[in-house]
Amino acid sequence: MRHILSVLLENESGALARVVGLFAQRGYNIDSLTVAATEDPTISRLTLVTRGDDQVIEQITKQLHKLIEVVKLADLSESAHIERELMMVKVKTTAEQREEVKRCADIFRGQIIDITASTYTIQVVGTSDKLEAFIQALNGTQILETVRSGVSGISRGERTLSL
Amino acid sequence: MTSQNTQPELLSGGAMLIRALADEGVEYVYGYPGGAVLHIYDAMFQQHQVKHVLVRHEQAATHMADAYARASGKAGVVLVTSGPGATNAVTGIATAYMDSIPMVVICGQVMSHLIGDDAFQETDMLGISRPIVKHNMSVRRPEDIPYLVKKAFYIAQSGRPGPVVLDIPKDMTIPSQKFPYEYPKDIKLRSYNPNAKGHPGQIKKALTTLLAAKKPVLYAGGGVILGRASDELTVLARKLNLPVTNTLMGLGAYPASDPQFIGMLGMHGSYEANQVMHNADVIFAVGARFDDRVTNATKKFCPNATIIHIDIDPASISKTINAHIPIVGLVKPVLQEMLHQLEKNKGELDQDALGQWWHQIQQWREVHGGRYDSSASHLKPQAVIEAVHRHTKGDAYVTSDVGQHQMFAAQYYKFDKPNRWINSGGLGTMGFGLPAAMGVKLHYPDAEVVCVTGEGSIQMNIQELSTCKQYGLGVKIINLNNGYLGMVKQWQDMNYDSRYSSSYMDSLPDFVKLAEAYGHVGIRVTKAEELEAALERAFALKDKLVFLDIHVDPTEHVYPMQIPGGAMNEMFLSKTERT
Repeated sequence: MRHILSVLLENESGALARVVGLFAQRGYNIDSLTVAATEDPTISRLTLVTRGDDQVIEQITKQLHKLIEVVKLADLSESAHIERELMMVKVKTTAEQREEVKRCADIFRGQIIDITASTYTIQVVGTSDKLEAFIQALNGTQILETVRSGVSGISRGERTLSL
Repeated sequence: MTSQNTQPELLSGGAMLIRALADEGVEYVYGYPGGAVLHIYDAMFQQHQVKHVLVRHEQAATHMADAYARASGKAGVVLVTSGPGATNAVTGIATAYMDSIPMVVICGQVMSHLIGDDAFQETDMLGISRPIVKHNMSVRRPEDIPYLVKKAFYIAQSGRPGPVVLDIPKDMTIPSQKFPYEYPKDIKLRSYNPNAKGHPGQIKKALTTLLAAKKPVLYAGGGVILGRASDELTVLARKLNLPVTNTLMGLGAYPASDPQFIGMLGMHGSYEANQVMHNADVIFAVGARFDDRVTNATKKFCPNATIIHIDIDPASISKTINAHIPIVGLVKPVLQEMLHQLEKNKGELDQDALGQWWHQIQQWREVHGGRYDSSASHLKPQAVIEAVHRHTKGDAYVTSDVGQHQMFAAQYYKFDKPNRWINSGGLGTMGFGLPAAMGVKLHYPDAEVVCVTGEGSIQMNIQELSTCKQYGLGVKIINLNNGYLGMVKQWQDMNYDSRYSSSYMDSLPDFVKLAEAYGHVGIRVTKAEELEAALERAFALKDKLVFLDIHVDPTEHVYPMQIPGGAMNEMFLSKTERT
């Protein structure tokens, strides 16, 4: 099962390496990983997408908790949550394709954020599934480059993961 | 020095480090100097509170510190230089990590501005040590040193203990740069707060389950020793009439001479302990982690048991074996709470069922009973351990290396007290035994300290005989010399048709002469009838290091031995018998 773990971490050098190292050492998967400081610059939030059965996920969360720099963590997928990922796609567009690509971007509520005579760069935000679907929809267009941010997530309602 | 004025003293980073160690109560630091730690060594030279022990190889420094911690319960301290000094310490750090031993390892580092430049004797020690430490930290500002030392000790010694590495770039310790020194009294970390007491509801549930048990067993591990909870464990086991088995790391947690003790469990555990585990209806695991050398095949592990598991580390619970009643907490307060609840509890033990259970256990005891062929003309390693036990009245600190001799020591030296059996259980580090014995002897000079080793292991840190001479460490080395890497040979006998691929050591040194060359006493024993006199003489030489090179039967195997892939109770009992 796919799980989204949200982790609050002391914003210290080496802390991120410890988290990533833990996954490598113990043979856990990382599908995606994003990290940035929070509104409190001493704390980073790390959002990690991983896969495993219940026992594996339980071990992952326990092992993460053991790291001295991990302050708090939650498995967002255990309850209602919102997830978003940002993707930028640079596509080659011939004159006859440009209108079709623009329409496709609109359908996915994407924005064209850069153009040249022969390319569009499109930004799409959504769940990972939506981004996959957009790539599928570009079928027939030559993709030059995709850049994905990895998943970020937040709980719905009043529930928070904060200090 | 301290005076009426309240201004804190000004000290260099190096002097702050040493003063902080003194304020932490550290008596000995084990280490080896080098370029990156010269300022620190100079600060060490200029004071007398903290004493330095110069080893001959950094690995030995870590094992000395580790063994001191195992015997005393307090963190051992290591000081090494950058680069090779630090990498030589890696095996010892990993050894401590696997057995949850509190240790603070101070590593020099190249100057801050050189970090990342592949400077002389630069290694990324934080990166190298990350998977084998409880935590590691680097000093960025000299004035942080007292706080970071406090933090290192706090993390190393609290919760589930473990080694902490403190990496100190050379420019953090410059003698001319001084800072106000103050050692923090307490420390609180928002990200680290080990749960100590255990959930009372869970404890009650555990007690109710134990009171109703018909075939219970208490399975106690190293956590009982680390948690100083042997007394509570013993009282509770007696009140509940539980058979008790100890893990390799837990030997001494429950007295081996007590009738309720059924021996060590696991791969080379006693027949009765493994049978009791397999057939139990309730397994009460205390400070033990269901290690693969205990469980054998996890799918066949103890099919009928309800499992109660006390551990300070939640990640140890339900990691390999699912716990039905998990209790996260330090062993001592949890057992105290159990004893407290037991006093008020109206429940009664099922004496009939327990009577039958003990009857069954008695029958199992008679099946193997730790027998070995003592009639053989060749001296048996088991007989040597039994003789050492007699000569030390069962009261020695016994350290060991890794292999057959380690298992014989674990099986035949009947430990009645905690903290007396000092071995590398998790990592299985050859070369551990001699430095470990040295670390214990330094702190307990009046105690008998015995290193049980083999001719393979002892050569992995034999250079420390020189350190022993320098510091007058009168340990007794029992070298069970069979001319083979015995455990490797045993597996080759059992699984590889006795093809002894690199398990025979040619060109062994004359250990007696070697000991003498280092200024110690060497005694060789080649016949069974020489053993008593040799031990007599060795233990009479109170302050001397005596190297007993004892030639034992090279064909001997360690039994019982669990059959790989089987259940707990599937064992080889001798070369010709199996369950």
